[in-house]
Amino acid sequence: MAEKKSTTGTTWNCYDANTMSAREIYGRVLREMAKTNDKIVGVTADLEKSTNIGIFGKEFPDRMFNVGIAEQNLFGVAAGLAKSGLIPFASTFAVFACLRGGEQVRTDICYQNLPVKIIATHAGISFGQAGSTHHCTEDLAIMKSFPNMTVIVPADGAETGRAVEACMDIDGPVYIRVGRGFEPPFHHDQNFNFEIGKGEIVHEGSDCTIITCGIGVLQSVIAAKELKNVDGLSVRVINMHTIKPIDKDIIVQAVKETRRIITIEEHNTIGGLGDSVAAVIAESGKGCAFTKIGLQDEFSMVGYPEDLYSHYKLDSNGIAETVREIMGKEFEEDEDWEDEV
Amino acid sequence: MVKKDVTVDKLKELAKQLRKDIIQTTVWAGSGHVGGAMSAADYLVALYFKYLNINPKDCNKPDRDRFILSKGHSAVGYIPCLSLRGYFEKDKLKTFNHFMSPFGMHPDSLKVPGCDCSTGSLGHGLSIGVGLCLGAKLQKQTYKTVVMLGDGECCEGSVYEAMMAAKHYKLDNLIAIVDRNGLMIDGRTEDVMSLEPFADKWRAFGWNVIEVSDGNDMQQVCDSLDQAWNNDTSLPTAIIAKTVKGKGVSYMEDDVKWHYGAIDSEKAEIAYADIEKL
Ligand SMILES: Cc1ncc(C[n+]2csc(CCOP(=O)(O)OP(=O)(O)O)c2C)c(N)n1
Repeated sequence: MAEKKSTTGTTWNCYDANTMSAREIYGRVLREMAKTNDKIVGVTADLEKSTNIGIFGKEFPDRMFNVGIAEQNLFGVAAGLAKSGLIPFASTFAVFACLRGGEQVRTDICYQNLPVKIIATHAGISFGQAGSTHHCTEDLAIMKSFPNMTVIVPADGAETGRAVEACMDIDGPVYIRVGRGFEPPFHHDQNFNFEIGKGEIVHEGSDCTIITCGIGVLQSVIAAKELKNVDGLSVRVINMHTIKPIDKDIIVQAVKETRRIITIEEHNTIGGLGDSVAAVIAESGKGCAFTKIGLQDEFSMVGYPEDLYSHYKLDSNGIAETVREIMGKEFEEDEDWEDEV
Repeated sequence: MVKKDVTVDKLKELAKQLRKDIIQTTVWAGSGHVGGAMSAADYLVALYFKYLNINPKDCNKPDRDRFILSKGHSAVGYIPCLSLRGYFEKDKLKTFNHFMSPFGMHPDSLKVPGCDCSTGSLGHGLSIGVGLCLGAKLQKQTYKTVVMLGDGECCEGSVYEAMMAAKHYKLDNLIAIVDRNGLMIDGRTEDVMSLEPFADKWRAFGWNVIEVSDGNDMQQVCDSLDQAWNNDTSLPTAIIAKTVKGKGVSYMEDDVKWHYGAIDSEKAEIAYADIEKL
């Protein structure tokens, strides 16, 4: 087990959080990390450019392997590289990582608990115009069901950089989910806490809690601010960047303190963040009003991402609407909360 | 039924028109996988206007020949081709890639009239083609199934699994066309993951192989399809067609940058002029 390194407050001079996409930041941070760690290698399947792992590959061509368009081979090769003592970063589109190469990820990588770091791009519906063959709204469900796997959904580029760095501390496989384009950043500098497995309250509130990840973080905070100004509502927002292991404490605390929970995810509402949160709530034995927002068990449509985000209520307007709805929902009052916690 | 009366010259004109429609659709769409659409345009036109037994007015007629665009990212070539063939009005292409459009970067068989199979994830089409051919034989149907693959796509292991099955089951009703334009996303196929000796791979898997030295030359395209349609072996047929990615547009030809790109009005004008000269 690698010694835990502090991963809070690192500053990389290699990128600009305000102008670069998450995948570009990934490529740059990986390149920097590889300068001091010669165990790091890269593997991809004809998506060196598209995933930006090629930024590392350009600097270290001998340590970059492009297996062609062959994702099963990609994850098998990554497993072999890991067995030889290296730390492979494997990048392709999310849909191909969890579905085409899914068995290799499960059986070759997770079953043997190998330190393969999967940085999957174009996740969710971020590749809007490409349609359902390239969208990926199942990966969280799939990846979190593999034992040994850690699953992370960074809120933006800077957090992706932090996650890529922090995943080195995990002595096993990690899946980091990244979008396609340049989404407006949530963090404008590198001065924020990031700890794998620990959710972060990014907006305080007591009427209701939004638990979200990825693009949902910024949009939820925008919605929370608007709801405060317009409706006088106090909405808590939790950035749950680690889907697995999930931060149970922060969820139970939110149930206790706000009694209304909404989950927002760029994923099918079956099997993703919402279901992880629901399980924690159910196990706690406490009732609350609860709504899951995401794709409601449907294949996504074609369109530019911003149109799709709005359609699926993943933008700030849609999120505000959901909050207003949940404020009218009933839940059973529980006077004995303190006895049980 | 192959339409004997459709001449090579007529097909050439149609291929020109399709190439212009591809440029126009890419402009409407904002961007697109234009390179691989241009390399495949001549085979698409020959198939849809001469060889495939299809009827745009009756998309689901049971005895129609089936076509699977396994390199689904070339939808920006395929969908305008279906429109040109009369499946739907060209005007509809204006919505390409836009919110709720039936047309996106990859064809959706539930939404695109005339499209037999949803594709986009590479390496699926040939297996589906094998299934269609097995089903046709079992149900005593005589239609053919044509599957178009990218050469880069042939890195996928599933392609070889399907190749093996097609020969095993003697699927003489299956035709694979490989658009051998020599490029994938990250570079030349031979630099990224070498495929050669490529035709020999198909031969080794027991296929009837037709090699075409210029798959953008309509005469050669038709010769190869004639040969495939008259397959008198009990083997599946593979047409390995050397083509040029971005064919017809000076600044796109054989340039890996044009796997996917956006075309502004200025670039579109140059493209139209280049295509006119073909
Ligand atoms: C399974 C899978 N992996 C990766 C991709 C991403 N991708 C889209 S097009 C492409 C390159 C295709 O090259 P080729 O098959 O040669 O097509 P062409 O050059 O004719 O466009 C890749 C890797 C994909 N669509 N499906």
